[in-house]
Amino acid sequence: MPTNTNSNTMTGAEIVIKSLIDQGVEVVFGYPGGAVLPIYDELFKQNQIEHVLVRHEQGATHAAEGYARSTGKPGVVLVTSGPGATNAVTGLQDALMDSIPMICLTGQVPTFMIGNDAFQEADTIGITRPCTKHNWLVKDTDDLAETMHEAFYVATNGRPGPVLIDIPKDVQFASGTYVGPRGVKPAGYQPRVKGDTAAIQAAVELMEGAERPLFYTGGGVINSGPHASQLLRDLVKATGFPITSTLMGLGAYPASGDKWLGMLGMHGSYEANWAMHDCDVMICVGARFDDRITGRLDAFAPNSKKIHIDIDPSSINKNVRADVPIVGDVGHVLEDMTRIFRSRGAKTNKTAVAKWWGEIGEWQAVKCFEYEGSTDLIKPQYAVERLAEAMKKHGDYYVTTEVGQHQMWAAQYIPFDAPNRWMTSGGLGTMGYGVPAAVGVQIAHRDSLVVDVAGEASFMMTMQEMSTAVQYKLPIKIFILNNERLGMVRQWQQLLHGERYSSSYSEALPDFVKLGEAFGCGGIRCDKPGELDDAIAEMIAYDGPVIFDCLVEKHENCFPMIPSGKAHNEMLLGSRASGGGGDISKAIESDGAVLV
Amino acid sequence: MELKRGSSSHSAYHLGPALKEGEERRTLSVLVDNEAGVLARVIGLFSGRGYNIESLTVAETDHTGHRSRITVVTTGTPMVLEQIKAQVDRIVPVHRVRDLTSEGPSVERELALVKVANVGDHRVESLRVKDAFRAQVVDASLESFVFEVTGSPEKIDAFIDLMRPLGLVDVSRTGVAAISRGPEGM
Ligand SMILES: Cc1ncc(C[n+]2csc(CCOP(=O)(O)OP(=O)(O)O)c2C)c(N)n1
Ligand SMILES: [Mg+2]
Repeated sequence: MPTNTNSNTMTGAEIVIKSLIDQGVEVVFGYPGGAVLPIYDELFKQNQIEHVLVRHEQGATHAAEGYARSTGKPGVVLVTSGPGATNAVTGLQDALMDSIPMICLTGQVPTFMIGNDAFQEADTIGITRPCTKHNWLVKDTDDLAETMHEAFYVATNGRPGPVLIDIPKDVQFASGTYVGPRGVKPAGYQPRVKGDTAAIQAAVELMEGAERPLFYTGGGVINSGPHASQLLRDLVKATGFPITSTLMGLGAYPASGDKWLGMLGMHGSYEANWAMHDCDVMICVGARFDDRITGRLDAFAPNSKKIHIDIDPSSINKNVRADVPIVGDVGHVLEDMTRIFRSRGAKTNKTAVAKWWGEIGEWQAVKCFEYEGSTDLIKPQYAVERLAEAMKKHGDYYVTTEVGQHQMWAAQYIPFDAPNRWMTSGGLGTMGYGVPAAVGVQIAHRDSLVVDVAGEASFMMTMQEMSTAVQYKLPIKIFILNNERLGMVRQWQQLLHGERYSSSYSEALPDFVKLGEAFGCGGIRCDKPGELDDAIAEMIAYDGPVIFDCLVEKHENCFPMIPSGKAHNEMLLGSRASGGGGDISKAIESDGAVLV
Repeated sequence: MELKRGSSSHSAYHLGPALKEGEERRTLSVLVDNEAGVLARVIGLFSGRGYNIESLTVAETDHTGHRSRITVVTTGTPMVLEQIKAQVDRIVPVHRVRDLTSEGPSVERELALVKVANVGDHRVESLRVKDAFRAQVVDASLESFVFEVTGSPEKIDAFIDLMRPLGLVDVSRTGVAAISRGPEGM
C-alpha cells in the first residue's frame, strides 16, 4: 500500500501500484531487474495485486494476452529495462496484430543517463514504437498517474492493442502527485463506436435482397464483448444466413449452431471457402480481410457486395474494397442493424436463401475434414478429435495453441460454443505462444480445464513457463502432437521446394515425460490409438500441470488448403475427401511461391 | 553543383509530373500534439508501410496548445491514399488529418535559398531573373548572391533551372507549407 494514503503525494513506484489498483488490475505478469526494483518493492508491500513471476519476459507478454483474451480485461506486464524490454517485443507485436489490450510497464535507466549507453539501456520507446498502439516515456513523476490512466484508456478503447510506458528509475523514486482515473483520456484519441445509421440502413437493404448471403466474422466480435456475440447469434437466427469466421473469431457463433459453416481461409472448411467465393452479399463483422482469408485477391468473392463493420477505419478498404463501410464497435452496430432489420419487417429473400443452403449442403457433403484413419498409428486429427470429445465431456474448457499444423487441426476439430475460450496467435503466428498463454488463462480461470494444443517444436520455444505453472499451481495441460517435425514447414517444403526437407525435423528431442517430471509436472506418453482415450482422461484428471507427449503420424499434411496465390475455389482436399490423393507437390505455381 | 534535370525525381522535394499509372499526388495537413517523438511516429508509419514522402515540413503552430502542423506531400493510388490518411489518423497524438488536394481549393508555398557564384554578365543576368521571380537578395559578396525565392514548388524548380547556367552552387528548400482557401480553419 502506498505509505502516504492520506495525501496525493507519493513516489513514482507508489503511483504505479495505486494506478493499477484503481484500474481494477488483479494480476501482473512480470520479471524484475535493476530498473524496476522500486516498483517491485511496492508490490512486495501490498496484497491487492498478485504478481506472477514468469521465466522469460516473452512469457509475461503471452500470459497477459491469454489473460486478456479469456477475460476481456487488459493484461498487465512489468519488466526491466534493456533485455527485459527487448524480450517483450514479440508479445507486443503479437498483441498488436491480434488486437489484444495490454499494458506493458518497462523500467528505464535514470533520466540523466538516457542516451549515454548506460548499463541495460535500450531505446525502448524507439524499439517498441511500431509494435505498440502507443507508448510513453515518463520523465516527470507528476505526469506518471495521468499517463498510466491514459495508457489503460488507449489499450482498451477503439481497436484494442498493446501500449507501453517506459519509466526511468529516478522517476520511480521521486515524489509526485497522484490523480485518479476518472476522466483521463488523450485529447486526440476518441474512437467512434456508433455506426452511421444511413450506412447501416443501406447494409440492411442489401441483406434483404441477398440471394447468396454470408456472415464473415472475426476477432472484433470477441473484442466487442459477450454482448456482441449474443447479438450476432440473434441476427444470424433472425436472417437464417450462413456464417463463417476467421481463426480469431471462433466461438462468437457456436460451432454447434445450425448456420455454422466452420472456419474459412487457407486451412478453412470447403463449404466456408466455397460460400465465400460464391456469395453475393458478404457481411464482414470485425474481421480484416487478411491474406490468410482472401487467398488471391483478384479472385476473392468476385461477385459479391461487401458490407464491412470495423472499429478501425484503417481496416476498411485496405485489402478489399467495401461497398458499405461501417465504422463502429461491433456491438453497437449489430444492435442498430438488428433493430433496423426488425423494424422493416425482418424481410429476406427466403426462396433464394433456401436454394443457397441447398448449394452449401452439397459442399458440406464433401466432408472436407475426413481423414484416413489408422489402427496402429495415432493420426494427429484423431488425437485432436479425441481430445475435443474428452474436453466436451469435462465441460468447461479453454484452449490455447502454438503455431503450426497442430494449430490448424485444433481450429478444425475442436468446437467452441462460447467466445473467449480459444487463444491462438493469429496475425503474427508466434511459436511459443501457447504455454505462457495457458498460464495467463489458468490464472484467470483457476478451476477450468486449460489445454495447450502444441507442436513439439513450438513447445520448446517457451517451455520454461512450465516452471511458472508449477510455482503457481496452475494445472495447465500441454497436449503435444509430436510429429518430430516442424510439420508446417515440412508441408510447405513438400509443396513448394521439391521435398527437400531443409532443417525441418526435430532432432535430439528431449524425453518429454522425464521433462515433465523434472519440472515437477505430470508426464504422459501415448503412441497407440487404442490407448489414447484413457491417456487423455488421465491427463485431465491429473492434479497439476501435465506434459502429454502424443506421438503421431509424422508426415500428415493439413487439409483443406488454399495454396498461396490461389483462389478459394482452387482449394486442395485431403486424399479421403477428394477420393484419392492429388499431386500436392505441383499445387503452388512460381508466382505463388513468393507469398508466405 | 550539378543538378541535372530529372535527377531530382529521387529527391524528397521532387514535385514533377512523374507519377506511376493510377497514382495521384496529395498534400496532407496533419495536426498533432507537439510531444517528443511525434514526428518519428508519422515518419515511421510512412517508411514502415512503404508509403512515399515527397515533401515534409513541420513546426509548432500553436505555442500555447503545443500543437504542430505537419504538411506532407505523398503519392499513391486512391486506395493507398485513403489508407495513408486512416493510418495517420489513428496515431494517438494526431488530432486531425486533412487532404488539402481533394477537399477543395488550397494554396501551397515553398521557400528556397539559392546561392550563385558569378561575376560579369552572369551576375547581371542573375539579378534580372531574380527580379522576374520577385526573389530577394539576402546575402551578397563581390562574386556571389544568396537569393530568397518563395512560391509554388514549380516556380522554385523553374528559378533553380534558370540559375544553373548562371553559377548555381547551393540550394536549400523548406518543403511545402499548405493551407486551405476560404474562411474555415482546420
Ligand atoms: C517464432 C517462430 N519461428 C518460426 C516460425 C515458422 N514456423 C511456422 S510453423 C513452424 C513449425 C512448427 O513446428 P511444431 O511446433 O512442431 O508444429 P507442427 O507444425 O509440427 O504441428 C515454424 C518453424 C514461426 N511461426 N514462429
Ligand atoms: Mg511438430
